[in-house]
Amino acid sequence: MSFSVEFDKKQNVLLVRMSGELDHHSSEQLKTKWKEQLHNQDIKHVVINLEMLSFMDSSGLGVILGRYKEVKQIGGEMVVCSISPAVQRLFELAGMFKIIRLEENEKYALMSLGVAS
Amino acid sequence: MNNEMHLKFSARSENESFARVSVAAFVAQMDPTMDELTEIKTVVSEAVTNAIIHGYGENGDGMVYIDCYLHDGAVEIDIRDEGVGMENVEQARQPLYTSKPELERSGMGFTIMENFMDEVEVSSAPGHGTTVKMKKFFKKSETLCN
Ligand SMILES: Nc1ncnc2c1ncn2[C@@H]1O[C@H](COP(=O)(O)OP(=O)(O)O)[C@@H](O)[C@H]1O
Ligand SMILES: [Mg+2]
Repeated sequence: MSFSVEFDKKQNVLLVRMSGELDHHSSEQLKTKWKEQLHNQDIKHVVINLEMLSFMDSSGLGVILGRYKEVKQIGGEMVVCSISPAVQRLFELAGMFKIIRLEENEKYALMSLGVAS
Repeated sequence: MNNEMHLKFSARSENESFARVSVAAFVAQMDPTMDELTEIKTVVSEAVTNAIIHGYGENGDGMVYIDCYLHDGAVEIDIRDEGVGMENVEQARQPLYTSKPELERSGMGFTIMENFMDEVEVSSAPGHGTTVKMKKFFKKSETLCN
């Protein structure tokens, strides 16, 4: 199954919805598109919705960490939501939850950043 | 039961999903759990990606080899490249270690392989390529044997 990503903006929050399989191959296109979104818009925080993501490996962790550094630079926060048990395990192994907050779903993630639905 | 499967493919990132799906399809006959299948797909993806990025420096040349063996309720997966190899395997296996931070690598590949498989053996030498041998015992067949 191939990878795709969809971006949305709610106030100063960039929503990143990923679906399919995120590996080294697909992480290249994700990185380019994601960087473009961060640089071309007035954005402070990022919410990553992984509900439709069926597979991820350490290349995905690398791209997410790369964007985390950019978000941190502008004083923003990164939140991940709707994560599957398998991807959650990868995040835990890499200590990602020390820097990226976990929320149950998109609505709660947005609320936690002050965006009312 | 003894059963084996061998793959040889170009070291191109397009083949990463082909590799993990193929190994998963072969292993499916062991009736693994969903978790076991996900773990196997993930480690194949890690080792094949390493061969492509680190072994061959993403130049699209070179071949990646996978040898897969099923026996005694376990799977052995050997993933090999004929790329640049490594000087220091012990350092490479450290969590978060990467020689390519500029490519936004996370340095978690070997840590994931070690966590998701029962045995991981790495042999490598500069100029002589790298072989990663991994073994996993299936939970269900373990209980059947007892
Ligand atoms: N097949 C290989 N050939 C050469 N070097 C390798 C190979 N696999 C891994 N390495 C080395 O081991 C390091 C750690 O690998 P890994 O844990 O997968 O992290 P990452 O791929 O994110 O760098 C790599 O940065 C690289 O220096
Ligand atoms: Mg790796």
